[in-house]
Amino acid sequence: MVKASHKLRRPLGGIGVQIILFAYMILALWPIFLVISNSFKSRKAIFNDPMALPTFDTFSLVGFEKVLTRSSFDLYFLNSITIMVATLAITLLIASMAAWALSEYKFRGNTLLGLYLAIGIMIPIRLGSVSILKLIVSLGLTNTLTALILVYVAQSLPLTIFILNEFMHQIPKDLKEAARCDGVSEYRIFFQIILPLTRPAIATVGIFTMVPVWNDLWFPLILSPGEETRTVTLGVQQFVGQYVTDWNAVLASLTLAIIPIMIVYLIFSRQLIRGITSGAVK
Amino acid sequence: MKIANLENKIFKNKFPFHIIIFLLPAVFIYSLFMIYPLVDTIRFSTFYPNDANQLEFVGLDNYFTLLGDSEWSSSFWNALYNNFILFVVHMLVQNPIGLLLAALLSLPVVKGRNFYRTAIFMPTMMSVVIIGFTWQLILNPLWGVAEELMTYVGLEDYFQPWLGDDGSALITLSLISVWQWVGIPMMLIYAALLNIPEDLTEAAEIDGANHMQIFWRIKLPLILPTLGIVSVLTFVANFNAFDLIYAVKGALAGPNFSTDIMGTFFYRVFFGFQLQIGDPNMGATVATSMFLIILLGIIFYLYIIQRRLHRYAF
Repeated sequence: MVKASHKLRRPLGGIGVQIILFAYMILALWPIFLVISNSFKSRKAIFNDPMALPTFDTFSLVGFEKVLTRSSFDLYFLNSITIMVATLAITLLIASMAAWALSEYKFRGNTLLGLYLAIGIMIPIRLGSVSILKLIVSLGLTNTLTALILVYVAQSLPLTIFILNEFMHQIPKDLKEAARCDGVSEYRIFFQIILPLTRPAIATVGIFTMVPVWNDLWFPLILSPGEETRTVTLGVQQFVGQYVTDWNAVLASLTLAIIPIMIVYLIFSRQLIRGITSGAVK
Repeated sequence: MKIANLENKIFKNKFPFHIIIFLLPAVFIYSLFMIYPLVDTIRFSTFYPNDANQLEFVGLDNYFTLLGDSEWSSSFWNALYNNFILFVVHMLVQNPIGLLLAALLSLPVVKGRNFYRTAIFMPTMMSVVIIGFTWQLILNPLWGVAEELMTYVGLEDYFQPWLGDDGSALITLSLISVWQWVGIPMMLIYAALLNIPEDLTEAAEIDGANHMQIFWRIKLPLILPTLGIVSVLTFVANFNAFDLIYAVKGALAGPNFSTDIMGTFFYRVFFGFQLQIGDPNMGATVATSMFLIILLGIIFYLYIIQRRLHRYAF
């Protein structure tokens, strides 16, 4: 970190810098805040004074009531959470297995396989959508959560393997060598020694995997648009499209989608920011 | 565990089955749902149904249609041009703001650095759909929030329904996207700035350089590789964008296709819209064109930008 005790020559001055950052912060947070605050107001108050906070007089939950009765928001949440948890669990398990194999064992084609697995970091999976849809249809998986989970696992693997691979290189050699001398099998070395050690990296990887999956609109739209398998993002998109003139309902549905991701972000922001700033993602 | 041990002993010097077991699940799912579809999409773009509705190999005919047929090519070039504008706006607005914020955040005088960082990164975490709708409401003349804000600074006469106008819709959407994604360049550049050894800046300070000089002469040249990465990430993300335009403007990317980009064009061709039915083969052709554009961007980055940077920076 940068030491704060330096003598400074100040082109902007400490206060100027602070003001710019503060102003930008307001610009970044204000639109989100505006939506949340207005979602708790009556229709009249939303239009009369959008900037005001909800007061005792203007407080109203009518928007939320409408959203919850007119759409199956609870179901969308359940779908999104199911997809996210399954994707995360499968990705973490099989990506750490692969990252371990790539970083630990010397075998022919190791580098080539590493490069092969890295293609997906840069090339967006979306470009294969035509064939993914054909594949999902031929597997009989249209309008299932399984289809989305499989695609999201494939989408998350390259970056996860790449990050975990870097991480595995840092695991001290002594640990595994000692285990090998005792005749412990390679499987046990991985599952009992290595996998628990990757926990700190897993938090970082987890948030990089979870956020794009939670926010994705494209694959739910083309693979599972049905009411039963709708995710929160697709649900909000459809709901707002349908009730575009009902401001209470629109604002409430946006708020319902914002709050959970905001909470998750605030809990994990430390890991996320550490992940980015430690150079895990380059 | 015994069996595993036994296996291990038997195959110790023969065949490393455990390596295959470790790699198999990841390689299988990745290959089946990522690599195979990409390759198959390219293959599929060389087929087209004939009169009997059977797929027939047509070579590059679909590409000739896409670029040669006046109706197809005008849509294609329009989408590509708009996409290019989207990219230029990100390069000219998003990345400089990201750089500025990162440079300010890394100054030692700043207090509450973590707080700013967390707050400014917040929109980046949100779904593009949510952000799109949020700004659509804010800019909506019916609600009048944007107009009211402009009144505070005496600019109310300049308010326009920017999202609804042919001439300004694309730029407005680009700026909304910039607002959302500026956190990414900020974070990456900030990380790079933190990695600069303190000795360098201290030495310059002792020699009497001020913060501006230190930034332009020492820090900026050192973080050029990161700026390169940020640029190529921006390029890939922009030429793959879809959600924002679809959420705010729908598949028709109105008004009058003025906000149509490659992603929405691809979606319309593939799934159809209004009366036109979807065309998977032309969809694959558009997807392959996007693939080639993105690939060109990456190659340009790897061979030209990165090579130069290495030569000059280190």
